[in-house]
Amino acid sequence: MSPSAADPPAAGAEVVLEARAITKHFRVRRSLRVLAGGQRPVVHAVDDVSLRLRRGTVTAIVGESGSGKSTIARLLAQLYPTTSGELLLDGKTTRAKGGRAFRAYCRNVQMIFQDPFGSLNPVHTVRYHLTRALRIHGRGGRNQEELEQALTELLGRVHLTPAGRYLDVFPHELSGGQRQRVAIARAMAADPRVLLADEPVSMLDVSIRLGILNLLRDLKERLQLAILYITHDIASARYFADETMVMYAGRLVEGGASETVTQRPAHPYTQLLIASAPDPDRIAEGVAVTAAPPADPDAALPAALTGGVGDAHAVAEHEAAVVAEAEADSASPGEPPSLIDPPPGCRFHPRCPKAMERCRSELPPRFAIGDDQWAACWLYDGNPLAPEPDAEPARTGPARTGPEADAEPAAGTTGARAASTTSTGGEGTA
Amino acid sequence: MNGPVLEISGLNVDYGLGDAAVRAVRDIDLTLNRGEILGLAGESGSGKSTLAYAITRLLPPPGVITGGHVRYRPAEGGPADRNGDALKAGTGGAGVDILELGPEQLRAFRWQEISLVFQGAMNSLNPVHSVRSQLTDVLVAHRPEMSRAARNERAAELLSLVGIPADRLGSYPHQLSGGMRQRVMIAMALALEPEIVLLDEPTTALDVVMQRQILRQLVRLREELGFSVVFITHDISLLLEFSDRIAIMYGGRIVEQAAAKDIYRDARHPYSHGLLHSFPALHGPRRELTGIPGSPPDLKGMPTGCAFHPRCPKAIAPCSERVPALAPAGPGNRTVACWLHTEHRSGDS
Repeated sequence: MSPSAADPPAAGAEVVLEARAITKHFRVRRSLRVLAGGQRPVVHAVDDVSLRLRRGTVTAIVGESGSGKSTIARLLAQLYPTTSGELLLDGKTTRAKGGRAFRAYCRNVQMIFQDPFGSLNPVHTVRYHLTRALRIHGRGGRNQEELEQALTELLGRVHLTPAGRYLDVFPHELSGGQRQRVAIARAMAADPRVLLADEPVSMLDVSIRLGILNLLRDLKERLQLAILYITHDIASARYFADETMVMYAGRLVEGGASETVTQRPAHPYTQLLIASAPDPDRIAEGVAVTAAPPADPDAALPAALTGGVGDAHAVAEHEAAVVAEAEADSASPGEPPSLIDPPPGCRFHPRCPKAMERCRSELPPRFAIGDDQWAACWLYDGNPLAPEPDAEPARTGPARTGPEADAEPAAGTTGARAASTTSTGGEGTA
Repeated sequence: MNGPVLEISGLNVDYGLGDAAVRAVRDIDLTLNRGEILGLAGESGSGKSTLAYAITRLLPPPGVITGGHVRYRPAEGGPADRNGDALKAGTGGAGVDILELGPEQLRAFRWQEISLVFQGAMNSLNPVHSVRSQLTDVLVAHRPEMSRAARNERAAELLSLVGIPADRLGSYPHQLSGGMRQRVMIAMALALEPEIVLLDEPTTALDVVMQRQILRQLVRLREELGFSVVFITHDISLLLEFSDRIAIMYGGRIVEQAAAKDIYRDARHPYSHGLLHSFPALHGPRRELTGIPGSPPDLKGMPTGCAFHPRCPKAIAPCSERVPALAPAGPGNRTVACWLHTEHRSGDS
């Protein structure tokens, strides 16, 4: 139950669902101009995505809106057919177009949607929703008594007790959190082995989000579920997922153990994402934006690099610098590319502060970094310069050496850094 | 720069009338100081947006302001003195009570003194008008003496203020990205150099990278132009970073109000504490977090006494009977409404 930093992504665990190089292109409506041109434009929603969902493991996909992460969930649920690539359930290729095959597939792979206000039918009671799911998957029992027992057990699993209080109510009588629990119970009715959770908490009130995540984790541990957790909040991926993958403009750009990816991000996009996430610890470290808004983004860089006063302090400042850098170097800051006509080479290169000539033309493959991390970035090509296992987070760019190397604080293990963050957080240097 | 620019006292807002009324905002006392960023945090249904609309008197029916005062104190030589003639009437040292303004005065007051960036601002632009016409519209209404050329010049200036090249003036909203649309909204809010800018969940539709860019820009603009900001959001970790002071709302009341740093280090109200521990950290040790048990209250059936007591891990005897008043708690001008931190004074219930 308790998350420990040393948890490996359970590499040994059995793979339940695997995607091999799946791709999804959505056709754009043809206009006159396109007919004349003779080509049919497509939206490259998901390109060449490979991932494995393991028993008893939570895998997170983090990305901004429009990066294609929800499309992946729908492809894995076979709600959309893939354009190319393979889906393997228990090592066997599956293609469930509909009917019996699809239902059999559903029994193993269930989905939870983002909006519990929209995913439950407002004119039916909780009992109806759950009974229907149980019956469809042949678990409704032989008589009313068995059904009643199955319903009670189902609601018990999602901590809606006593079941009698929730069975005969309509969705509008429940709070958002309770509704999402009903949606989870409905997914559990099929007794699935894989749960695809598409932003399961982003529509809920902040104070009850963790309750739902903890419930999902509890289910994962008791029933050895493989969970795919799709989110835009990288901090919650760190909290909840064993393995995290980062998605940008339809491609996976980095993956690995959650702790490694969030503490030592390798891909420049992940670094930008982490530097941009709100982090209250920053105010305790005296680098509140109110105190130092770098009007000239370049000015922030040397300051951050010569820092190293306090470890955490320097990291936070450096993060500010990463953002500033991205803002300064990029013509259109913060603009993901068009997916109809994605940029050649690495899709992040127009925004990347470390882009090289090669990035503009060649697509980077996955490069392994250490044992439990990979990144699709040319910076790590045959890399003697890849971040050492204990390198500082967010400053792993081998493209920029020199002053950076000097400023590198000697301390470095994640554990030590974490400890110092807490202590600074407690005292507050501001 | 110091001193209050907006003082809210005893503000009550109901939806509906009579016995069927839902009391959305109750007994709010809040002060916004000049040049400050005040964060207003709370979950959905806590009344934070209602409060913003009440301040600007934009509450749509059936919302009714049933009591209280919202006193606005313009700066000496500020925009109000310059051209807010309609406001002069009540302007002594005491400022003017927004709730008592007549329709004409209100018309002159809005946008001139307080502007608003709406929730879902990305969709707040009119799709059939160019950015130019939407930016100059407010100038036409409030600065009739300006020439067309001067208005265009001002619109271009506003765009460059928020980092958009002036040649985008002729663009239509659909030609801009979400982030740019949001910047246009901010530019529009700054068009008349207001004293106060209210931001109602300004960045919820944007991803984190864009969110940070826009907020940094806002912080920078505040430093340059010296306006005050009320920043409403449910994301308290964002507020901790970007605001000076934070007021936390629950069930229509402010439960705690303190400097951002004090809230972060030592939240006094159990709800504030719970809210802070609802956000997993990106750095530091991984901890088991629990959030807050239970669900936010339904405004139609508010619990008696402190609205938080059914979910509160530290609830004591008086919590379920009497409503704790917002009372000073410790140094740094912080206040908290909780029986754990108050002498058992006579609370109204």
